[in-house]
Amino acid sequence: MAILECSMLTKRFGSTTALDDVSLRIEPGHIVGLLGPNGSGKTTMLKLANGLLTPNSGEIRIAGMEPCRETRRIVSYLPDRPYLADWMNVRQLLDLFEDFYTDFDRPRALEMLEKLHISEEMRIREMSKGTREKAQLILVMSRRAKLYLLDEPIGGVDPATRDYILETIIRNYNPEASVVISTHLIADVEPVLDEVVFISNGRVFLHKTTDEIREESGKSVDQYFREVFRC
Amino acid sequence: MEWSFRSDQPIYTQLAEKLRMEIVSGRYRPGERLASVRDMALEAGVNPNTLQRALQELEREGMVRAQRTSGRFVTEDLQVIAQTKKRFAEEQIRSFLEAMGKLGLPEREIVSLLEEALSRKGGAASERVSQGEKEDEHGNT
Repeated sequence: MAILECSMLTKRFGSTTALDDVSLRIEPGHIVGLLGPNGSGKTTMLKLANGLLTPNSGEIRIAGMEPCRETRRIVSYLPDRPYLADWMNVRQLLDLFEDFYTDFDRPRALEMLEKLHISEEMRIREMSKGTREKAQLILVMSRRAKLYLLDEPIGGVDPATRDYILETIIRNYNPEASVVISTHLIADVEPVLDEVVFISNGRVFLHKTTDEIREESGKSVDQYFREVFRC
Repeated sequence: MEWSFRSDQPIYTQLAEKLRMEIVSGRYRPGERLASVRDMALEAGVNPNTLQRALQELEREGMVRAQRTSGRFVTEDLQVIAQTKKRFAEEQIRSFLEAMGKLGLPEREIVSLLEEALSRKGGAASERVSQGEKEDEHGNT
């Protein structure tokens, strides 16, 4: 069964169509890049998958279910903006995640926090923008979920941290789980992706494996993307 | 993220090429057990499915053999390794000759330039060859 499936999914905001008749299947065991220019509908799709928005028509299913409490158990979501209470410190956040999610792996989180030099005593409020993003991503990646939906996970962090994060994604690879990463930084993530979805103006423009694109176009996904979406 | 990839080719073919090179150069020894797909993927900084595909390619060629329960091993068939090594060498020679051809050098001159270069390198090169032979012997036992 597909871990994520959209069929004829449409979402409008007033007169703007953010997603237009999107059909897409993502199977377990893949690391998928959700790539598209600004405003193409990436964030909207991830929000729909989390039940934060409801579609105007069509449907989106997680492991066969419509987004609901059941699906939140198996979906680990990194939103595109800060969402953690800024008065909390890291230890309180670990407690919170442990309470909320039965699949939260605290030792895994502690290991990553240590590696990235984030103290458990530190409050979100005291963190730099980059550190805050790291802390959020660590919490999200420390769940043993079936589907990780990461909205721009590496945009705000330095290149060394970026490498560490991508390494973490590979290390956590599980043939029963999938990871969807929305990003503009294609060159950085490309070797880690086995599939890519290009979306443009709310439509799926292409869904292929990274190596299919390279084989057919003789270009990296990054170069191909630049060519397709040249301004 | 250790390995770098050219952008004009699939990643799996480049991984397969790199792994073949590790085997023919003796860095991965005949019969040696390979690390798990996840560990190799981590080292290369690539998707585990892509690495898996590269390994399957090597299995098809007989360079690597999978054992259901205990993982993947480099072949013990030295002939398969030697053939691959020869193919690598031939490819190098072909592109060398192509480059020389572009310079417009006649074959005779290419040969004498090559001999000259080899004799200049002399000592260092022959030392390396004998070391390689020693490694091969080791692999046989």
